[in-house]
Amino acid sequence: MDSLAGKKPAVVWALNISVLALVLLWIFPTLGLFVSSFRTSEQITSSGWWASLFPAEQTLQLRALDPDDHRIETDAGVFVVEGSIFDGDVDTVGIDRWGTSSRTPDAFEPGETADLGEGETMTLAADGTYVWEGNDDQISGRGQRLFIIATIPPDFTTSNYNNVLFKEGNSEGMAKAFFNTLTVVIPSTIIPILIAAFAAYALAWMDFPGRALLIAAVVASLVVPLQLALIPLLSLHNAVGIGKGYLGVWLAHTGFGLPLAIYLLRNYMVGLPRDIIENARVDGATEFQIFTKIILPLSFPALASFAIFQFLWTWNDLLVALVFLIDSSGQTTVMTKQIVELLGTRGGDWEILATSAFVSIAVPLLVFFLMQRYLVRGLLAGSVK
Amino acid sequence: MHPALLGLITIVIGVTGCVGYFYGANLLLDKVLFPARGPNIGRNINRREMIRPWIFLFPALFGLGLYLAYPVFATLRLSFLERIPGNEYIFVGLKNYQQMFAEDKFVEALKNNILWLIVVPASSTAFGLLAAQLTDRLRWGNFAKSVIFMPMAISFVGAAVIFKLIYEARPEDVAQIGVLNALYLQFGGLEPRQWLTIPFWNNFFLMAVLIWIQTGFAMVILSAALRGIPEETIEAAIVDGANPFQIFFKIKVPQITSTIVVVWTTITIATLKVFDIVFAMTNGQWETQVLANYMYTKMFVARDWGMGSASAMIIMLLVMPILVWNVYNARKEMR
Repeated sequence: MDSLAGKKPAVVWALNISVLALVLLWIFPTLGLFVSSFRTSEQITSSGWWASLFPAEQTLQLRALDPDDHRIETDAGVFVVEGSIFDGDVDTVGIDRWGTSSRTPDAFEPGETADLGEGETMTLAADGTYVWEGNDDQISGRGQRLFIIATIPPDFTTSNYNNVLFKEGNSEGMAKAFFNTLTVVIPSTIIPILIAAFAAYALAWMDFPGRALLIAAVVASLVVPLQLALIPLLSLHNAVGIGKGYLGVWLAHTGFGLPLAIYLLRNYMVGLPRDIIENARVDGATEFQIFTKIILPLSFPALASFAIFQFLWTWNDLLVALVFLIDSSGQTTVMTKQIVELLGTRGGDWEILATSAFVSIAVPLLVFFLMQRYLVRGLLAGSVK
Repeated sequence: MHPALLGLITIVIGVTGCVGYFYGANLLLDKVLFPARGPNIGRNINRREMIRPWIFLFPALFGLGLYLAYPVFATLRLSFLERIPGNEYIFVGLKNYQQMFAEDKFVEALKNNILWLIVVPASSTAFGLLAAQLTDRLRWGNFAKSVIFMPMAISFVGAAVIFKLIYEARPEDVAQIGVLNALYLQFGGLEPRQWLTIPFWNNFFLMAVLIWIQTGFAMVILSAALRGIPEETIEAAIVDGANPFQIFFKIKVPQITSTIVVVWTTITIATLKVFDIVFAMTNGQWETQVLANYMYTKMFVARDWGMGSASAMIIMLLVMPILVWNVYNARKEMR
């Protein structure tokens, strides 16, 4: 039964609108980054990203061609420069108004002729062609500045992604960091699952003294702050010769992932029907067979939940990578570290920052939307009831 | 060797190693050590069933012990030591702690952390509860939930970039590209503000990032709890003429209190450990230091392991009540 059915339409409307507001508030930040990553640095600095979604009236500053190269003497002492301001890399836009000074960029209609004083004139047509006329002295030096007010349709580019990911020798190194992150994440996700699954089975379905104590220890280890583990483990890694590197970070992520893995899997396995397991035991299956043939396949949802958690956590991690992986050579940097570095060195270059950040969050977002069901299930099982 | 290849080899070694260990150890137990035949068959079966759990548990216990239990004690020990030239350590008692509490930056970090602990779990839980309740019976509720849940997948660093763009300030005479300043000027602000440099209030701008991320978590858990409320209790309240607010606060919320506590404590833990957000956005400048970042600075920038460990122990101390509470609840539930 839908309990909304009996409610007043006004209440339903208020409900819908407030949820919409909440949704917009939550998507707005990410959307800003996403949109910004498709704008050029010029566009980003000239207007807020929200303005780029709609056609916008903008003032552009352009310059006529260099008179020294392009002027033509029509009559004696009269020089003309003709051309189009939309030449080269400037896109053609519709001109609404134009002017020759930054203070009055809206002085003239397209097609009007501006009097620049002492006989010097400038005519700008709606299609961007201009005629600039004057004497020898006036038509010299640099090209005349032109200000146009134009309505510019939304304009997006993928060049930022090209630059950040594919350009040879780019300073951002995001492509390399992307693969480094992947290298960290995959073993760190797979290895703890197996170790934890066996332990979870023992904790769920085997009777032995001290079981309750061990489960309590797992619950306790769930909340032990990572911060405590950094120095002792780094010393340990150095002492046994692992040092800083991939092996160290894999081991660290495996160790730190175990409590949640064991906890999640045990909670799930405890809920499996007792009959199946006892029947198998009666039929003479060994515990190892029960585990691999019955428990493991049945626990797939819980395994998937944990895999997603561990994937997101290791992909998004900064601290563990900083401490156990990234050495002074800078060859093993991961994306999160790379972005923090960019925030420091290129804090104002939003096109690079936004694109790099979006590259790093795209994969988790994809995983999130594809596997949301398992993630939710895992969350519900994983929070201590 | 190429890291990707190394990774592949590690996966293969790790997985086959695990499977090999479990298979081999079980085989050894069943066939060699205590075979289920011969004169001692009964005793053998009993013994091997006593040993088997520990075979299953050993790798995990070893990992947990080495990577979580041992460090707690090692850090505790380190926090009483001081490194002296020549890579030697001497016992200094509580000196690291005294020194730390005398430091302004630490007191600031502690104060800020307490502020975080009050604001973030409360706001995330409140927003989560609101979102869960509002989307509960909505036709497009699942879509709305997805959107609010989405920041969970975004890294703290990514979120830091996202919010830095929101807080961006440009000189007064050019267009504002940070939405906060754009709104601020729109609604009568005189000049653009550098939001992250305004002491005290900047803490809240940093907290907003974590609240934005954690609300989805709270919503998902609380939404499931709301669904679990027996329909009859609500129907009875409607029949008795309760208005929607009364139903929510007097019927629904009391029935999900235990879930609210769980959500609250889980977010509290996440808040205590918050490091990346502060590290990436302000690095503790402008009076935004928090304990986790203070600890990182002490350990890896100042290389003062004694004080770094001492501050890590403070975080552990703050986690302790929740740890005890969780263990207590888990044990109660098992009985």
